[in-house]
Amino acid sequence: MKQSGSSAGTERRKAKVRSSPKGRITEPRALEEIRALLGNSPRRRDLLIEFLHLIQDKFGHLAARHLVALAAELRLSTAEIYEVATFYHHFDVVKENDAAPPALTVRVCESLSCELAGAHALIERLRATLGDQVRVIPAPCVGRCETAPVAVVGRNPVCGASTEAVAAAVHAASTECPEAKYIDFAAYRRKGGYQLIADCLAGRRTREELTKIMEDSALRGLGGAGFPVGRKWRSVAAEAEPRVMAVNIDEGEPGTFKDRWYLERDPHRFLEGMLVAAWASGVGEIYIYLRDEYAGCRALLARELARLQRAKPCALPPIHLRRGAGAYICGEESAMIESIEGKRGMPRLRPPFVAQRGLFGYPTLEQNMESVYWVREIVEKGAAWFTSHGRHGRRGLRSFSVSGRVRKPGVHLAPAGITVRELIDEYCGGMLPGHVFYAYLPGGASGGILPASMGDLPLDFDTLNAHGCFIGSAAVIVLSDRDKASTAARSMVKFFSEESCGQCTPCRVGTIKALGLMGAVKWNQPLLRELSQAMADASICGLGQAAPNPLLSVIKFFPQEIG
Amino acid sequence: MTAMSKAAALPVEFKLNGKSVVGRPDETILQTAKHHGIEIPHLCYKEGMRPDGNCRACVVEVKGERALSPACWRRPQQGMEVTTDSPRAVGSQKMVLELLLADMPQAPHALNSELDQWAHKLNIGLPRFEARKQPAPDVSHPAIAVNLDACIQCTRCVRACREEQVNDVIGYAFRGGESKIVFDFDDDMGASSCVACGECVQACPTGALSHKVPAQIGARAGAPAEIAGQLTADRTVDSVCPYCGVGCQLTYHIKKERIIFVQGRDGPANHGRLCVKGRYGFDYVNHRQRLTKPLIRKAGVPKHKDFSVDPDNWRDAFREASWEEALDFAAKGLRDIRDRHGNKALAGFGSAKGTNEEAYLFQKLVRTGFGSNNVDHCTRLCHASSVAALMEGVNSGAVSNQVGDVVNAEVVFMIGANPTVNHPVAATWIKNAVKKGTKLIVADPRRTELARYATHVLQFNADTDVALLNALMFTIVEEGLVNEAFIADRTSGYEALRENVKKFSPEVMAPICGIPAATIREVARLYATSKGSMILWGMGISQHVHGTDNARCLIALALMTGQIGRPGCGLHPLRGQNNVQGASDSGLVPMFYPDYQRVNNPEAKLRFEKLWGRELDPHPGLTVVEIMHAAQKREIRGMYIMGENPAMSDPDLEHAREAIAALDHLVVQDIFLTETAYLADVVLPATAWPEKVGTVTNTDRMVQLGRKALDAPGEAREDFWLIQDIARRLGLDWNYSHPRDVFNEMRLCMDSIAGITWERLERESSVTYPCEKEGDPGEPVVFKTHFPTATGRGKFVPADLISADERPDDEYPMVLITGRQLEHWHTGAITRRASVLDDLEPEPVASLHPLELARLRVRPGEVLTVQSRRGAISLYARADEGTPAGAIFVPFCFYEAAANKLTNPKLDPVGKIPEFKYCAVRVTRGGEVPRQTSFGGGQASRAAAQA
Repeated sequence: MKQSGSSAGTERRKAKVRSSPKGRITEPRALEEIRALLGNSPRRRDLLIEFLHLIQDKFGHLAARHLVALAAELRLSTAEIYEVATFYHHFDVVKENDAAPPALTVRVCESLSCELAGAHALIERLRATLGDQVRVIPAPCVGRCETAPVAVVGRNPVCGASTEAVAAAVHAASTECPEAKYIDFAAYRRKGGYQLIADCLAGRRTREELTKIMEDSALRGLGGAGFPVGRKWRSVAAEAEPRVMAVNIDEGEPGTFKDRWYLERDPHRFLEGMLVAAWASGVGEIYIYLRDEYAGCRALLARELARLQRAKPCALPPIHLRRGAGAYICGEESAMIESIEGKRGMPRLRPPFVAQRGLFGYPTLEQNMESVYWVREIVEKGAAWFTSHGRHGRRGLRSFSVSGRVRKPGVHLAPAGITVRELIDEYCGGMLPGHVFYAYLPGGASGGILPASMGDLPLDFDTLNAHGCFIGSAAVIVLSDRDKASTAARSMVKFFSEESCGQCTPCRVGTIKALGLMGAVKWNQPLLRELSQAMADASICGLGQAAPNPLLSVIKFFPQEIG
Repeated sequence: MTAMSKAAALPVEFKLNGKSVVGRPDETILQTAKHHGIEIPHLCYKEGMRPDGNCRACVVEVKGERALSPACWRRPQQGMEVTTDSPRAVGSQKMVLELLLADMPQAPHALNSELDQWAHKLNIGLPRFEARKQPAPDVSHPAIAVNLDACIQCTRCVRACREEQVNDVIGYAFRGGESKIVFDFDDDMGASSCVACGECVQACPTGALSHKVPAQIGARAGAPAEIAGQLTADRTVDSVCPYCGVGCQLTYHIKKERIIFVQGRDGPANHGRLCVKGRYGFDYVNHRQRLTKPLIRKAGVPKHKDFSVDPDNWRDAFREASWEEALDFAAKGLRDIRDRHGNKALAGFGSAKGTNEEAYLFQKLVRTGFGSNNVDHCTRLCHASSVAALMEGVNSGAVSNQVGDVVNAEVVFMIGANPTVNHPVAATWIKNAVKKGTKLIVADPRRTELARYATHVLQFNADTDVALLNALMFTIVEEGLVNEAFIADRTSGYEALRENVKKFSPEVMAPICGIPAATIREVARLYATSKGSMILWGMGISQHVHGTDNARCLIALALMTGQIGRPGCGLHPLRGQNNVQGASDSGLVPMFYPDYQRVNNPEAKLRFEKLWGRELDPHPGLTVVEIMHAAQKREIRGMYIMGENPAMSDPDLEHAREAIAALDHLVVQDIFLTETAYLADVVLPATAWPEKVGTVTNTDRMVQLGRKALDAPGEAREDFWLIQDIARRLGLDWNYSHPRDVFNEMRLCMDSIAGITWERLERESSVTYPCEKEGDPGEPVVFKTHFPTATGRGKFVPADLISADERPDDEYPMVLITGRQLEHWHTGAITRRASVLDDLEPEPVASLHPLELARLRVRPGEVLTVQSRRGAISLYARADEGTPAGAIFVPFCFYEAAANKLTNPKLDPVGKIPEFKYCAVRVTRGGEVPRQTSFGGGQASRAAAQA
């Protein structure tokens, strides 16, 4: 025996004995806790995000031990759980030696409208005031741009937030979203609610008839892409059963808050429209995907869905309310489907389109919340009623979410084709005192930026394409002479770089490199143009394809700002 | 569906860069373009892998579409107009490459990476963008360096880990610019659940994941490990893996006459996949303890059962000798015993790690040179009972269906096998099948890794296999799920079986086997009624005193339901060693000549007497454990052991070693001074697997060619020559100049491989038998129309409950289950000298359920002592929820805590296999820390660094 070898061996052995199989082991106690939390829920993968919410809500974060136990319970790999948990902003994964976040988080919206209203200064002040016991973090658009700046204390959105108001909410521990007044089930029923769907189910209306009405109304998808609603119903109905419906209320486009606006006021109008759409397309099961930022809406919708299901004014398909977890990309239709399936919100490659193979592989009718919200009224009043509205040669109505430097921000239902000047003057009470109209974003972060000199263009689908812009979800952000388009563009590109899912190179790397180039006093315009072209051409989904729009607008319309 | 697939099969005509081309609808634009000589850059796509379309380097223009489309993913459609080289398409392709290049490290981790190659082809200059903030390297893993500064996030590693190997370690976490490749919870790779199959490294296009090169090949000792991607191999050699029976084909990459890394090759059993042993377990060939000169035992150094080998101190017992002296001495000793004590006083153990040609020669040597059938090998210790039951039932000792056939099965019933550890690449096919919808039933007293993928997990009480299996058969009979037509047309003896299983209702068996009756019934229905149910089993079935009965039940299950004779069903005993199938086929067993021709069958005897020109012994010889008993009784006095280590692998080592020590003359031929070699009178230094040529036969009946990659060290010589050297000295006139000559002789007496030519093996590397005539394709599925029995029928053999030989009692209250570990092979002689494997599992461990540990008041990682009626060992405790309460699992590869000191040598009466899977032990807290000598405990990598 070699003496030296033996003594070194003893030392080394102590360090190298692995006391359990490779990787983490499931702690019996953590497993018990997870089992108790999950109760009788089926241990399905598609419920993963729901389960992560349960854990985050209960413990304030996702501890590694709980994730390991959840993996065991769902028979998933820990890596899969981890990649999902870390994809979404609203989950805090805490590994063994990491500190857990403070019990209370204040999310301050830093999207353009809130930024214009002083969000960054507010963040600084709140951090100084609230101390270590409260986590203050910037957040992407929380969908309350009409009351900018907004700080969400726990789940309680403090509108027109001041340091004092936020501190008061923190100290009073008011962390839940206050309830708004709205038309509840009983009130909706009293005014003839659910008659239309009852008529449909009873055979008093035909699918063809309703689909035709929607086609004649020329209503287009109001989530941003503008696909004709009637045509979508028809194409999904033509696919093989089973078919499913996925309702998109992941309203994350900065500046957009119309879905929340309607949901907070008349939820059953949306639900009935949804049921009619499902019926017309031959859908057997409905999933509603609601962004996590809309905690108030979630409570409201859960309550009203329960009332609807209890009262059962007509036969109802299974309806599942699913909760987002803080990811702009999940507003993209296929990313949303992935998220409903319990995965990261990574857009799928197309074809096949979701109408052919979508949620769980089934043909899927995916509709924006507002698109179905209008169904009942259009059917009752007729397609002609809807098309009787419009300006400058456009037809129909649009719900503009207006924010920024105007007197009366909010959702304004206006004729399609209205110009931004008309919108500001007729609906928004003009510009804020002391502000001169300088520029506007016609369609949130992705729709580009136009100068005031182009304020007389009709706002509608397809009308701005020639200028490299679009209205998308009709989120209009108005800038004044105190603002800069290039600053707004940087804010938007930063937003995209943070919200990119990370899947494809042009978007994941492109947004970051673009942001880097935009930091220069004098932009490298040829390189930015070249990069933008590749991003628009080669990105998988609309996020990356539209991400260069703001910077291209600046190059095109605001050259004076960038040297 | 049929209409669709028919339509899908029609060729598609479309325009590619202006020219009309015809493509297949099941291939992508990229593939069609390649066939037409058009190159499209691509990084996230790798042939054979699911396209993901994420890197976008391959985007092309499709006429009429707004955005570009990834060619790796998009399939052509009739009339489509595709342009791959338009300024717009090329602009995006180049921009993608430039964006990725911008974030590459200054010093590359791989020479000429795929990214560099494409960048060169597309003339990308210096990137015009600023680089990202680079992540720190992760060198925590002994085999793999992680340098995410070269990561392009193509997720090929994720797909390799999750979709191909299904090891589920790698993920793609976070999002946007923060997105990164992670191991488990973004852990260091070395601390993660990584099993080091290396598939991710093989998949990585940039060197972000790379093989570490064993330190001795790197120029500077003590410097950070070199990584394989930075070296250029001098040459490559295609071969096959030397470890388990799966038979993965691989390519050795060699620089300066050392293997620097191993790549998986597209063989029929592995399709490019490898496991940690095949991928990283190769540097044992360079270990300083390789035997390089013949050794002769020093006069006056006694042999004794109590010893501890320190191979560094070989001089304590041996002296070096010339080959002439050693061979003469070896042969003379054998000859003298034969002449003085008769033919039966000699015996030989061949090896399942050698080639078919070596196995054939070895048994021929024993049969014609020693003059008896006293020849056996470690098959006796692994699947002898399975083979016995199979020979009895269907007269064929090999599998009916290949592992890969699981993908065609609706149900896979896996019992007493832990393939993620023992047949890792086979396990990947099972996991792939499950992902495609195959239902997996896992029956095992231990809850193993595959349980996660199973629809039913039957964690039955150890030793109750027959109870469980008979209860399954009871249900099938009672519920009318038998296949009457199959039974009538193709089997015999069903009546007796039916009568026998009547005693075994699930309700009566449930308390015995610990599985609820309802579950047993459900599983029985699932198995019996599926379109195809395949049974795979391992040593959990075979290593019992009722091992043959266990296997009989499995055969009966398949016969009564007709789940055999088609693709996607059948019987598959997962064979352990790389050539245990071939060694048995080649006659390295005491009761059969090559090709399972019985030695007591006069016709067979005559056939071989004619071929070999010698009179042969008509009586079956002794089996492994019987030979040990005979040696102890001094009926056997001399042995020739080639490449086996019974002083570690046999049960009840105290007695086995005593028996070996009692031999008058022992010749051991090996590559290291094993425990067995330590008891030898003469040790012949032989060749390691990469140092020789020959064929091996895997569990799937594939005969595969191993090619020589390296020269043997020192004076070590090829086994093929050594056997001949001994043979000649025993008076045999042998003159084989190449293993090819041996193989050709084997074809003359082995109908099953008569059609396989050496030239075909050189060309194709792998041919499946039966292949009786030259040019036959080989039969992956056998028993399609009949069984190779005299009547053509398969035979039912009923089985009753027999208890383990040694049940727990008050004195020895726990059950010991022995087995293997992923990283270590058999007795550890090789793998504990392979630096990566030794680093990954350096210490002897025993697995117990955490609650059992708590009961014993032993903390995980502490030392405990296991004692049986035969011996005691001390080793470290490992908490493992998969081990059932009341049991302890110990791998038998650790010499410093040799599990076989504890095991029970009691044999299955038919298969003569010892009961390795069950004996009674007492476990206590504490004990002496296991002491290692000059290998194990992580010394291999240190030794390599110093060399």
